[in-house]
Amino acid sequence: MMEFSFEINGGDFSNAGMISSLVKKTLKQLNIDGMIIRRTVVALYEAEVNIVAHAYSGVVNVNIFPDKIKIKLTDKGTGIADIDLAMQQGYSTASPAVREMGFGAGMGLPNIKNNTDELNLESTVGVGTMLEFTNFFEPK
Amino acid sequence: MEQHYFNHALTFRKDICIGCSHCMTACPTEAIRVKNGKAKLIDERCVDCGECYRVCPVGAITVDQNSLEEISNYEYPIALVPSVFSGQFPDNITHAEIIQSFYDLGFSEVYEVEHSVDFVVEEYEKYLQKEHARPFISTFCPSVVRLIQVKFPTLIPNLLLHKAPLDYTALYARKKLLDQGVEPDKIGVFYVTPCAAKIVAIKSPVGEEKSTIDGALNMNYMFNKSFRIIKNGISSKNKPTKKPLSKQSICWSLTTGESSIFSNIRSLAIDEISNVLEFLEKVENDELDGIDFLELRACDESCAGGILCQGNRFLTAEKLRKRATYCETVEHKNKPKTEKEFFEMIDYLRENSEVQPILARPIMKLDDNVVEAMSKMKRMYEITNVLPQVDCGICGTPSCQSFAEDIVQGRADIKQCVFVQRILEQNEKLLAVDSANIMKDIWGHKKLNKNSLRDELKDIM
Ligand SMILES: Nc1ncnc2c1ncn2[C@@H]1O[C@H](COP(=O)(O)OP(=O)(O)OP(=O)(O)O)[C@@H](O)[C@H]1O
Ligand code: SF4
Ligand SMILES: [Mg+2]
Repeated sequence: MMEFSFEINGGDFSNAGMISSLVKKTLKQLNIDGMIIRRTVVALYEAEVNIVAHAYSGVVNVNIFPDKIKIKLTDKGTGIADIDLAMQQGYSTASPAVREMGFGAGMGLPNIKNNTDELNLESTVGVGTMLEFTNFFEPK
Repeated sequence: MEQHYFNHALTFRKDICIGCSHCMTACPTEAIRVKNGKAKLIDERCVDCGECYRVCPVGAITVDQNSLEEISNYEYPIALVPSVFSGQFPDNITHAEIIQSFYDLGFSEVYEVEHSVDFVVEEYEKYLQKEHARPFISTFCPSVVRLIQVKFPTLIPNLLLHKAPLDYTALYARKKLLDQGVEPDKIGVFYVTPCAAKIVAIKSPVGEEKSTIDGALNMNYMFNKSFRIIKNGISSKNKPTKKPLSKQSICWSLTTGESSIFSNIRSLAIDEISNVLEFLEKVENDELDGIDFLELRACDESCAGGILCQGNRFLTAEKLRKRATYCETVEHKNKPKTEKEFFEMIDYLRENSEVQPILARPIMKLDDNVVEAMSKMKRMYEITNVLPQVDCGICGTPSCQSFAEDIVQGRADIKQCVFVQRILEQNEKLLAVDSANIMKDIWGHKKLNKNSLRDELKDIM
């Protein structure tokens, strides 16, 4: 098993995507199937951006097993009041400033769902959010 | 599926190489090492971009090309000349003269490569409507295709699997002669190439079984030949030149040549290989939304900056754009774009332009087996932590990272690092003479001969 962890700062759009790139490189080195790399990286990137856009700070834990990758993102932030609603395509509370940067279409969470094999999202309003997903290296 | 067979058009000449490591530092895929005082190419990693060729101070890297004499093996040698070729010449030489000089050189037919662009554009427009991974990535630049094969295999589904103008013009030129009853093996199609990448694409085409082109001629060499003929007076003055090309045809191989054409979609052009690398990372993360088409070229200013173009890339591009504007406003006014003959041949062209799938050639994997790869990666981390992160290249490897990888892959020894050597020496685990021997294995005996500096050192120390 391999483990990495990273920190994310809210509002730091210029570094969003760095963790995805690092994880991508690692998965390539591990000779993981391209389609699975792509799915993982897309999901991770969206989750990273969500912390940057909607939370104050966060931690990303990446665990790689011989058969799967498990990524857990925990943040301190506003939290999500209605998770079912947030999961819907097009739902977004992104601020005008965030929209200006090209985000806020409300596609992130649905995209994460589409690109992961297992997904768990928990949130407490006013405290923060925990998003955890797993992708298997062999299609199940 | 992975592809294992490939060759390259760049040869590293051991007899000329001085082991300066300029090429090693310049290589965007870290494909070069220094061993025994000479540069050594790791074949699998090379994408034929030619960055090494540009920086070699002694000309030790040569391009494998066909010789001009080979055209005499064919009764009907055809020259395919790309538009950037004429952009190399001074203003007082006309385009007609440049084309005519090829008849003097022994060719029976001369076509500009971009002859088929207007036809290709119409084909592309249909292709771009297809259900397909977005953005479409152009396959025009063979170096970019190879870069994707080795470093971004997840983007292979995005590649636009369609032949380029070069292939269509070659097919067209050949077919015209075949229709006149000429036997196939009497026809030889020769392409005047601005780069090594196109040579490799011809010799071992990706996504095709066999190339339609019989040989590649070095553009730099052909420039000198053609220039001399024009200076001494052309004898083929009466030979007809083909219909002038459209603006989009002339500009096709320049930056934005492809991307500016499709106005109904969002497209983007990026040139120069490190820009392309940086951008492909983003594409792979799905960071760009709404872009439908990507034109990516390995050279700065695209083919005007090809390694075999002797002219300045900015001036070449400017000349071509000027010629394009002239053709559009004067010669091409109100004329139909695509030549009628292309449409008459359309079924033949389509039948013969099927492209095979492009396969991955991943270089980043540490092992085929995930568990094995994970343990190698762990060792790589441990090793990287010991290394100084100076990327000095003294170990004969372009960076501490790639050195760590070489060590776990058994291609290098950690004692090749000068910092590690000094640490070991301080701990009396290594003798200075052993360090020197290790250095000699990397940089050759000459650079480290203990007697070579004795007298000079006396003066400076
Ligand atoms: N980590 C988070 N902390 C707080 N709220 C979040 C978090 N992640 C998502 N949300 C809420 O869920 C909504 C939907 O998220 P989603 O990622 O689907 O869309 P978006 O981020 O608004 O826009 P896009 O991802 O398309 O740029 C967000 O607008 C936000 O209200
Ligand atoms: S940009 Fe043009 S000249 Fe440069 S490598 Fe690509 S095809 Fe060759
Ligand atoms: Mg989002």
